[in-house]
Amino acid sequence: MGERGSLPLVAMRWMIVSEWRTYPSRIAIAVLAIALGVALGFAVHLINGSALSEFDHAIQTVSGDADLQVHATSAAGFSEALYPQMAHVSGIAKVSPVVELHAQAQGHAALTILGLDVLSAAVVTPRLLGRRSDGQHDPSDFFSDSAIFLSAAAMQASGRRVGQSIDITSMGHSASFRIIGDLPGIPAGQAIGVMDIAAAQWRFGQLGKLQRLDFRLAPDADRAQLSSALASRLPLGAEIVTRHNEETRSDSLSRAYRVNLDMLALMALLTGGFLVYSAQSLSVARRRPQFALIRVLGLERRSLVAQIFLEALVVGAVGALGGLLLGLGLAAAALHLLGSDLGGGYFSGGVPHLSFAPGAAIAFGALGVAASLVGGLLPARDAARSQPALALKNLGDAIDPRVHPRIRLALLLVVLGAAGSLAPAVNGLPIFGYASMALLLAGGIAMMPWLARTLLWIFLRRPISNVSLSLAIQRLWGAPSQAALALSGIVASTSLMIAMAVMVVSFRGSVEAWLYQVLPADLYLALDDSGVGGGFDAVTQNNMRHVEGVAWMGFMKETPLRLAPDKPDVWLIARTVDGPAGGLPLLSPGLAVPPNDIPVWVSEPAAGIYGIHPGDHLVLPIAGVTPRVFVAGIWRDYGRQQGSIVIDSDTYTRLTGDARRSIASVALKKGALADAVIARLRAVLPAGVADHLSVSRSQEIRSKGIAAFDRSFAITYLLEAIPILVGLIGVAATVSAQTLARIKEFGMLRHIGVLRLQIVAMLIAEGALLGAIGGIAGIGLGLAMSQILIRVVNPQSFHWTMDTRIPWLLFIIVIVALIVAAGGTALFAGRRALSTAAVTAVREDW
Amino acid sequence: MIRRRMTRWILLVIWLVSCGFAQAPARAEGPVYADVLPGHSLTFPADYGAHPDFRTEWWYVTGWLHTPDGPRGFQITFFRSRPDVDQNNPSAFSPKQIILAHVALSDPKLGKLIDDQRIARQGFGLANAATGDTAVVLDDWSLVRGADDVYTARAGTEAFGLNLHLRPTQALLIQGDRGYSSKGASAGEASYYYSAPHLSVAGTLRQGGRTVEVSGDAWLDHEWSSSFLAARSAGWDWTGLNLDDGGSLTAFQVRDAAGQPVWAGGSFRDASGATVVLRRDDVQFSTKRSWLSPRTGIHYPVVQTLTIKLPSGSRQFILTPLFDDQELDSRATGGPVYWEGAVKTDGGKGYLELVGYATAVKI
Repeated sequence: MGERGSLPLVAMRWMIVSEWRTYPSRIAIAVLAIALGVALGFAVHLINGSALSEFDHAIQTVSGDADLQVHATSAAGFSEALYPQMAHVSGIAKVSPVVELHAQAQGHAALTILGLDVLSAAVVTPRLLGRRSDGQHDPSDFFSDSAIFLSAAAMQASGRRVGQSIDITSMGHSASFRIIGDLPGIPAGQAIGVMDIAAAQWRFGQLGKLQRLDFRLAPDADRAQLSSALASRLPLGAEIVTRHNEETRSDSLSRAYRVNLDMLALMALLTGGFLVYSAQSLSVARRRPQFALIRVLGLERRSLVAQIFLEALVVGAVGALGGLLLGLGLAAAALHLLGSDLGGGYFSGGVPHLSFAPGAAIAFGALGVAASLVGGLLPARDAARSQPALALKNLGDAIDPRVHPRIRLALLLVVLGAAGSLAPAVNGLPIFGYASMALLLAGGIAMMPWLARTLLWIFLRRPISNVSLSLAIQRLWGAPSQAALALSGIVASTSLMIAMAVMVVSFRGSVEAWLYQVLPADLYLALDDSGVGGGFDAVTQNNMRHVEGVAWMGFMKETPLRLAPDKPDVWLIARTVDGPAGGLPLLSPGLAVPPNDIPVWVSEPAAGIYGIHPGDHLVLPIAGVTPRVFVAGIWRDYGRQQGSIVIDSDTYTRLTGDARRSIASVALKKGALADAVIARLRAVLPAGVADHLSVSRSQEIRSKGIAAFDRSFAITYLLEAIPILVGLIGVAATVSAQTLARIKEFGMLRHIGVLRLQIVAMLIAEGALLGAIGGIAGIGLGLAMSQILIRVVNPQSFHWTMDTRIPWLLFIIVIVALIVAAGGTALFAGRRALSTAAVTAVREDW
Repeated sequence: MIRRRMTRWILLVIWLVSCGFAQAPARAEGPVYADVLPGHSLTFPADYGAHPDFRTEWWYVTGWLHTPDGPRGFQITFFRSRPDVDQNNPSAFSPKQIILAHVALSDPKLGKLIDDQRIARQGFGLANAATGDTAVVLDDWSLVRGADDVYTARAGTEAFGLNLHLRPTQALLIQGDRGYSSKGASAGEASYYYSAPHLSVAGTLRQGGRTVEVSGDAWLDHEWSSSFLAARSAGWDWTGLNLDDGGSLTAFQVRDAAGQPVWAGGSFRDASGATVVLRRDDVQFSTKRSWLSPRTGIHYPVVQTLTIKLPSGSRQFILTPLFDDQELDSRATGGPVYWEGAVKTDGGKGYLELVGYATAVKI
């Protein structure tokens, strides 16, 4: 009994330790594959988590922990008469009225100005109060209309210090302020300036207007009841904001982007898992005689499975642990270099703090271990099931080459995948789209044995004179499961990468074409006041139109507009829509506008988010006026993911009385020199305005747009590169393992007169064939998956469409790289295998 | 010179109005304050209301309450202040007038004061000191004089709330020379000042989740001015006593850093209504017993002998507190620490204020 009891232990040491000692690189690759997958998933998750907590932080900061808020739906604010009305609602302990403005300080530093009644804010939002730190103690400065408190980030951005003066521009007004202190309650990275509410109203032309009311509730107030009581008294142009819907809004802005990144990371983990599976399969297949031997020696089938299970567990655990550490490092580096949106442009501000997530660490670690276990257990079960007597003789491939592989399962998976792509988004996320991609991937891989067979059959039917090529094809034909394993590794990584590449290339191409459509004019003049609300007034616009050399001039202004409390603001774009450069990139011809209706053109994302269709009527909550408008068309807009609505410039002026515009587009007369026209345009601008003017040629804007696109996809490129890397490593590992396992076969070939060179050529041919077949299949599968990304995932996540573009050059490069990698590895491994003397090699075959 | 009573806000108010001239921007146009002039007669009901042209003003109600649980002292005060801000700012939020309010309850069972305060800029009907008649509001706190001459005072916090009707039982007590109350040696140091002693109190007190009917005697001071205490003054003592025979006594002194009186004054109206204005040499406070605050380590002369000189001869009043610890410490929020509480004397009850016993109150 004692002997028997210790056998599993002995066997374990024998099998696992000696295997690892002999082939350390194979184990290393399996561990690396798991580690990379786990690292990617974990890093992306950490970065997303940090970004979100940063966002929550920002919300808390600006809202100053008020119990409840009423916000203006647009920057124009609401009437201050609302303030006393709200203060009288029972259940409200105190209301703090707030003027909240986007502003620009010296040095083009953007900041948020909060005009507070310090006496109410002390009760409602004490965190927003300034701290006097200029050495003076005159409390009346808290009420001064020329004093301001700046947060550390605002001081840093403007290069000003406490005690100095600062010029600030907002809503088209500029004023000079003395910095009398800092804002200790505002965390690093947030540029905020706090001043007296009366000063903010007066200095920035906001008399009679507020943008916000902050509430402190009575201790016994029912928040939900109070919210609805308040909501019923609010005019259009103001809405209740709670922490919850503020968070939902910030979440919805970037959620699709974050989920997509998470999915990419999971795909990398999946590829890693798959590579572990193929490595384990090969390892188990190769050791089948050994397993058979110890089974004959008395090891139970269960114990054998347990051994392999343990082996996979160790590989998975080591890989997962390494992956978590690597992921932590990757996340820290990425946050530092790219920011929390990984260049996506969703969050602004300083470098966020990395917040470690123990739950996620456990989850991703477990996924890594699970990938390894599944990868190890399936082949282990096969090995345990086989008849020891047969396996002991190592009769080669476990699958009978005469049986044609089945394709039914593969077809079923593909059909399910195709069906999944038709399903709608779940909760704004393309869950079924991703499921459909996973099913297609699984179906594609399952199809590999059949496909390899079918392709090889074509070769086999015609006589091949070349010995090496013939041998290679016969070998692939005769050992279908080994070929399929190598192929599936290649296909898995290639198809994922191709799918992403086709999507990105299509997106990039569509963006480039769109940039030509939306920038038809020659020159663009922007007042660099990022939403500060200044601009060219009506007189200046008229003067500019009559400048010599100007053939046509359009003006435009963008203002944020809130259509729903839990969704991000859309941009309301007041824009010249007629004239040579006034057209919009409409998706379908615009509808005829019914008489007396005000036409608007809704962007594709806005249409998707709010379910707007051409021909609909909308009510726009522009401050003071709430016009009913007619949706005349949907236009393509990649620039504003939260959506935008275009309204005719003159109509906007008529509705709001606001004729100021911040952007001008210029079509030049034939032969007019751009520089001369720019100089003449500058000359007609009022003093002070010209300083804020930036002039761009349309070509420059296009390059900037594409550069921004590339920056935001930088992380995607990285995420793409890693599966390829893992894939190529996997191909190399598979091919070299298979080659080394065939020493006896090479000895036999040498004995029957095949030259060493011919064997090497055979191995190269085998590798190249595998690479070529895998590459072609991977590209085909990748193309199918890219269509799901383009037609399902993107429209459902981001509400925009794009036109497919095929990166032919990339396809060629991928196939060549795969052939070279597989063939090259085969050559390398083959030379090592052939260095063993032929006689010894054959003798090994007892 | 200003009146003795002071809370953290009055300190703030004084800062607000006294500073800032040097740094006022060139284009800014500060307020022009009205002067307190002798020979001017108060006119009612207009002088019940606010005087927004003056720098500062207050309505100060103090008194004793009879409750089912025994006596309580209370104090409800509204201040109006006109800070030095640019008068050209057309914003409705422009802090051209600031309203401050303070409420305190002296409960012998608690053995200490409970209080609360509010401050807001005037406007939007949420904070206002009306002209024409007494009507001061700050959110849901208010002091309003009704058509029947009865004042209604409302103030409260989570711990307690007062809702009181104050009915005059006597004519107004016009202080000083027809309301011109001198507060220092120089001509400008003065205020307009009248009192309403012997206000009969009826109303409710909410405390500890229970609301009870209360009655009592109260005292209202209304005073407005644009000037301040002389620089060398370090603190002051003030008392207002409703005497049981229907008489009323007001007495105050301003002390220098050494504790010596630099100015004093007051008035004595006997039961028949004959009034004597007390001059600088007619009022003398002397300490009979001090109480050491365990919180702040300050000694307050909580039992004082007040001697006043009347044409009929000197009279002495020994002022004894309802209980010793009626200290208010507002230093945490930048205000002063002082003692203000209910006191009784042989044949009368009232309030005593002791300010400036820690360090000189800077104004």
